[in-house]
Amino acid sequence: MRRYFGRKLLVYGLTFFVAVTINWMIPRFMPGDPVSSMVARTGASNPAAAETMRVYYTNLFGFDQPLWKQYVNFWGALFQGDFGISIWVFPTPVTEVILGAVPYTLGLMIPSVLLSWVVGNWFGAYAARRKVLDNTLLPVGYVLTAMPYMWLAVLLAWGLGVVAGWFPVAGGYSFSMQPSWSWEFILDLLHHWVLPFASLFLVALGGWAIGMRNMIIYELESDYSNYLAALGAPQRLIRRYAFRNAVLPQITGLALQLGVLVAGALVTEIVFSYPGLGSLILKAIQNQDFFLLQGTFLFIVLGVLIANFIIDIVYVVVDPRTRAGMAGAAA
Amino acid sequence: MSLQVNDLRVYYRTLKGDVKALDGVSFSMEDGEILGLAGESGCGKTTLGKSLIRMDGRMRHMGGTVELDGRELPIGDDRRMNDFRFREVSLIPQYSMSAMNPTRKIGRMVRELLRSRGATLDLDELESRLSLVELPHAVLDRYPIELSGGMKQRMVMVISTLLDPSLLIADEVTSALDVSTQKAVARALIGFRDAGFVKSMIFVTHDLALTSHIADTIMVMYAGKLAEKAPATAIVKKPRHPYTKLLLDSLPEVGVRYTEKRLAGIAGSPPSLLDPPAGCRFRSRCPIAGEECVQEPPMAEIEPNHFVACWKA
Repeated sequence: MRRYFGRKLLVYGLTFFVAVTINWMIPRFMPGDPVSSMVARTGASNPAAAETMRVYYTNLFGFDQPLWKQYVNFWGALFQGDFGISIWVFPTPVTEVILGAVPYTLGLMIPSVLLSWVVGNWFGAYAARRKVLDNTLLPVGYVLTAMPYMWLAVLLAWGLGVVAGWFPVAGGYSFSMQPSWSWEFILDLLHHWVLPFASLFLVALGGWAIGMRNMIIYELESDYSNYLAALGAPQRLIRRYAFRNAVLPQITGLALQLGVLVAGALVTEIVFSYPGLGSLILKAIQNQDFFLLQGTFLFIVLGVLIANFIIDIVYVVVDPRTRAGMAGAAA
Repeated sequence: MSLQVNDLRVYYRTLKGDVKALDGVSFSMEDGEILGLAGESGCGKTTLGKSLIRMDGRMRHMGGTVELDGRELPIGDDRRMNDFRFREVSLIPQYSMSAMNPTRKIGRMVRELLRSRGATLDLDELESRLSLVELPHAVLDRYPIELSGGMKQRMVMVISTLLDPSLLIADEVTSALDVSTQKAVARALIGFRDAGFVKSMIFVTHDLALTSHIADTIMVMYAGKLAEKAPATAIVKKPRHPYTKLLLDSLPEVGVRYTEKRLAGIAGSPPSLLDPPAGCRFRSRCPIAGEECVQEPPMAEIEPNHFVACWKA
């Protein structure tokens, strides 16, 4: 058990290292110069003043140092929890900007990922042996899962937002409001949350339902199901066993899909101008904000790694075969 | 009379038509009898075994009756058949290696299975039966993956016979095992019969040599029909049906070097069961076939308990 988790942690550590390095490289090798755009924004016409400003900012962000030193400094700062200062909303620290956006992204991601997984599995298992459902609702699942996230998001925003007018199409809350812990604000928050949530939930739901349906059919045809049926066990018991075994690949699937789901959520946020990490990334790119981009990516990488690690643990709990493999099989 | 099968017909529904896998099979078994059911692939022996306990979705009961201990088995009715399964008729499947749910500890699975059938688990009885097949009691606390192939096979044997069924169908139970394990399994099956866990047993196999060691009676099938049924020794020593003779000739014998003498084998292949020929179905491969073989030969008792379906026997 300890060796298993030790190995897992090592792999996660390596992944983290590589991801952070790439993360550091990408903005730096992007075309464009953030300092000159900052200087240009101030509108200083005097070349001497502009030059002074350039030197000041270059020095402030550490761009005057050689690349390798910037890299080492970057790691050093990272371990102190310092992601640098945002260029876009100078001089707010990146950590602060990200922490302001994270609750929105998590509030969107966690319910949509978990709910779509649970509901999809339940529905797929239910549809597996009912011809009518299998022939009517499951094709809808195929259409849903084949849909790009942003396209469904645009459709929902147009249909339920613009045409029907039931839901707002942009923002995390109304512009007229200030964030506070009042019922009014929370309701408003939920109202804005529905459409982005629905678009993420629906696309993922179709995939899980189809996967589960196929797995259940496979498990019900398997040898242990046939054996139980031959011994006259009731369908209830057979289905319970089949479900339990069919869920295992779905858990693996969840781990594999996590990255895709995060990307989907980011794009969806941009469609709805939802103030989460996705919108932040867009802003960071538009403003050549190295530090913000780096920080956001780092946060996403961390999130995906942690989620995968949790799934690893869950898998060990639910599948005895992984445990048996760790202890070594008895003769 | 423990089992009485009368003119049983079971066809497979396919798009091309009915495959007549069992076409009028009649036989009976005594209490305590072990019946070896032999024949080549596709002769209908597995279909017969399945028909007696659980038909799969493509099989159709087209006629004939099966009586067990004086009660008729509703073999075509999946739901009504449930009352008989496990309690009256039980099965050791061909796929014992994968017959147990991989994600349940064996003991818990057995308990859940028994509870679902309205029976309670007698742990002492279960453990004594485990000892009988030389399995440690600790297997109940293990997952199937932690057992070797032979252990899984024996575990399934114990589970299948827990409710003391009247008839046990052992479907190709030895085909996946090596020779030394085969013998142990065969001995355990005889032990189960002698201990009264099962009254009678149908041992489906293509291995005539092994069958002759454990079966009291051997029944040879060909192309969906019975060819010959006789006490084991009679089948081995004095086979009457040409197919049985050829089948025995194609077995290697101990002490004979086959570098000089080639094993005979049987030329040709069995007829299609989609549209079987009229008359004797072995006719086209039979070395002694004659004119009368165009007529279907009836099953005749040529000696006490020795039945043959052949005009020339």
